[in-house]
Amino acid sequence: MSSPLTFQETVLRLKQYWSERGCIIQEPYDVEVGAGTMAPETFLRVLGPGAYNVAYVQPSRRPADGRYGENPNRLYKHHQLQVILKPSPADVIDLYLGSLQAIGIDLAKHDIKFEEDNWEAPTLGAWGIGWQVMLDGMEISQFTYFQQCGGFDLELIPAELTYGLERIVAFLQNVDSVYDIVWAPGFLYSAVRLKDEQQFSKYNFELADVAMLWQLFDLHEKECQRLIKLTGVVLPAYDQVLKCSNIFNLLDSRGAISVTERVGVIGRVRRLALGVAEAWMAEITPKSEAVA
Amino acid sequence: MSLPFLLEIGTEEIPDWMIVPALNNLQDMFQVLLDQQALGGRVEEVQATPRRLFLRADGLLERQADIEELVLGPSKSAGAGAATGFAKKMGTTPDHLGIQSTAKGEYFSFTKRTQGQPTAAVLGRELPNLILKIQWPKTMVWNGKGTERFIRPIRWLVALLGPDVVPFEIAGVKSGNTTVGRRGIPPFPVTIQNFSQQLKANGVILSADERREKIELGISTWRAKPDPDLLHTLVYITEFPTPILGSFDRSYLDLPHEVLITVMRHHQKYLSVEDAEGKLAPHFIAVMNTDADPDGLVRQGNERVLRARFNDARFFWDQDQKKKLEERVEDLKNVTFQAKLGSYYDKTLRVVKLVGALGGSERAALLAKCDLTTDMVKEFTDLQGVVGGLYARAQGEPEEVAQAIYDHYKPLSMEDAIPSTAGGKLLSLADKWDTLVQCFDVGMIPTGSRDPFGLRRAAQGVVRIIVEGKVKFYFPGMSPELSEFMRDRLEYYFRDVRSFAYDEIRACMAAGWNDLTDLEARLVRVKAIRTTPDFEPIAASFKRIKNILKQSQFSDSTFHANLLEPGPELDLYEQIRGSVGQPLESRIGPLRPKVDLFFDKVLVNAPDPNLRRNRLALLHNLLTEFSEIADFSEIVTERQP
Repeated sequence: MSSPLTFQETVLRLKQYWSERGCIIQEPYDVEVGAGTMAPETFLRVLGPGAYNVAYVQPSRRPADGRYGENPNRLYKHHQLQVILKPSPADVIDLYLGSLQAIGIDLAKHDIKFEEDNWEAPTLGAWGIGWQVMLDGMEISQFTYFQQCGGFDLELIPAELTYGLERIVAFLQNVDSVYDIVWAPGFLYSAVRLKDEQQFSKYNFELADVAMLWQLFDLHEKECQRLIKLTGVVLPAYDQVLKCSNIFNLLDSRGAISVTERVGVIGRVRRLALGVAEAWMAEITPKSEAVA
Repeated sequence: MSLPFLLEIGTEEIPDWMIVPALNNLQDMFQVLLDQQALGGRVEEVQATPRRLFLRADGLLERQADIEELVLGPSKSAGAGAATGFAKKMGTTPDHLGIQSTAKGEYFSFTKRTQGQPTAAVLGRELPNLILKIQWPKTMVWNGKGTERFIRPIRWLVALLGPDVVPFEIAGVKSGNTTVGRRGIPPFPVTIQNFSQQLKANGVILSADERREKIELGISTWRAKPDPDLLHTLVYITEFPTPILGSFDRSYLDLPHEVLITVMRHHQKYLSVEDAEGKLAPHFIAVMNTDADPDGLVRQGNERVLRARFNDARFFWDQDQKKKLEERVEDLKNVTFQAKLGSYYDKTLRVVKLVGALGGSERAALLAKCDLTTDMVKEFTDLQGVVGGLYARAQGEPEEVAQAIYDHYKPLSMEDAIPSTAGGKLLSLADKWDTLVQCFDVGMIPTGSRDPFGLRRAAQGVVRIIVEGKVKFYFPGMSPELSEFMRDRLEYYFRDVRSFAYDEIRACMAAGWNDLTDLEARLVRVKAIRTTPDFEPIAASFKRIKNILKQSQFSDSTFHANLLEPGPELDLYEQIRGSVGQPLESRIGPLRPKVDLFFDKVLVNAPDPNLRRNRLALLHNLLTEFSEIADFSEIVTERQP
């Protein structure tokens, strides 16, 4: 058997594969997000009548999942490869399985199962139907047919494929800790990323200034509300939603959100997200239809 | 000539737990279609894998029979104009009309012939609708807004009547004679006769029973811990199941076995394995959806995943010990119990108080919910309570405190045992009762099949703990709505679980149900008395007495023994008085003939108002006297009162 792919080769092969199948290869979104779904390339692009196929790696921050670099499988920031196929083609599962072969997984020698796992993100007004894809007992991807996003029933149904890159590469390289993954020849994952995990865990759990975060939340919320009312600035408005969402996650990992506050804060983020989705829809709907 | 029929609906993976109900639904609907459309035939078999629903019927007609029907038109006297109109409506000309003589006169008539349709045409027309009507808990669209809904996308359809395809189309998919085997091989044609063999040759076992047998045979020598529910799941998440035996390092057996089994069962869908003494062995059984693991890669992959999971569990255990349960009580302020009902901290304070009032362990109540803040429970939510109990033990809490916490979610189902210790019973009871009272307070009341907070299960737990655990608990702070709800749960429990007759339950509950231990004892007695020959007649008499009292609008119960007339009336009175203090069981026998004789010989509605009032009072006293155990008038008797 040929030697397994490095982390970066795996990413390159997947990008190559989806590029060859008509996807735009985007770069990661440069505002903090908790998942590839939240990047505008997914959240906004799935709305409306236009077809769109895109793939991108999205570093995803989940402050509460940090473990100071001490847990072999938990990360504050992991990498998702996100693929959106809108509309979803009839052979979407075969396409997905083909991508696994492209990174060296011989399907004849492995056990693949699609197990029910519907997805729902109340803060985004979004949900979908789908599975977790299990490879030899390990969840390697989420596969979702989006049904609703930003509170809108979707006109075209996109398939969202989310690959958990660390897990897949750890599997391919047969290592028990993500930190032992070979990122590039001569460089382990730990050499590239361990410091972030240590430092951000410390910041997220111990040091983040709670009063300042609340202020920032308020400021970004106000800015979002101001922008939603204007025309032609939906994308900047959405950045503000992402800021609020990340600050919420930080406050949560600091244990700074009480039970009574929690529902309210989630509601605030949700209202912003729905407002942006509505503004986006208004913008992409042809004017003649909007008048009629 | 009769024809066989085959239908296969090919989909993407359907959740395992939805498959069997949907299959039954399909079978019922298809049989109804055959009957209503007079196509003959019977559904012979339904089968399913995660990717297909299959139905086979036999004995279908080639076409529906022709139908002749005589239609009466307007009266002959209405004339030629009316006849023309009628003929037009029947799609014919007046010269094809007949005349039909009836008792009311002569009428134009027409013999309408409806030609039977070919069965293939009827099925082709009806099947799309029928398939899309299969009931699922949740459906989706895949072709865009407003298009067909199904559980998962439909990707292929096979519909054969004898050798021929029944043509139809759903969501852009045309029916044909081509099916799909395991992924990665091209679709292939099938016939009704070779369908399941062809599938098997292409990596799919159609029959669920056969898949189950294949798993059972494969694991027969591995000492798998029996687990019918998991086996059912495994049968319906695979098309070609093959079990493999994997191992893990013996050192993980130091972790609580509850944690190991939860990881294997709930997270990985592995069967666990026991050694010769019935103890957990360092092995597991995974069921692959493929025929072999030639290089051992699947086994190694699963072993690696399990190792990571067990390492997580060990890590969580070590981390969690750094902060004791008692130091986590404050943290419960940040754990939502329910949005309208505040935090688990608030709940904890209430439960501590209630447990204290019941004489249970307040310490256990204080610590019971603290495991919700641990990494272990955040990861393995099913283990809430169990983890708290294990941690309490490890942190040196008294054994009765640890055990009470460990058991306090029990019983989780009707089959599950109630907590084993007194402390556990009281804690579980108080926790559930608090949930019920609080939820009902804010109007979260289960309706129909909707019970998002699991209140029925909580109430069932309350009932079982009180009755089976012999706990003294008298339903404090119960609103009328909650009382109604508990009454339903009690009736359900005593009827469906304890097999008491419905009217026995009604009768005994009518005499009060505040004390369930007492209620249970009375039910046992009534059930026993009921089999005695005198019981039903007495019950019928009680019903009669109740009716008489109701009809006479009885209100004044003053009773004078000196007004009693000698004979049946006095005899009845003396029988009642003479047996006071004796158990019901020995009173009924001698009482019955006296009651019968009384009704035979004595006129209750005596002309003298004093006499009448006194007789009603006598009957009222009799009824009251015997109603402490049950309201016997609720018993359904053969003899009408």
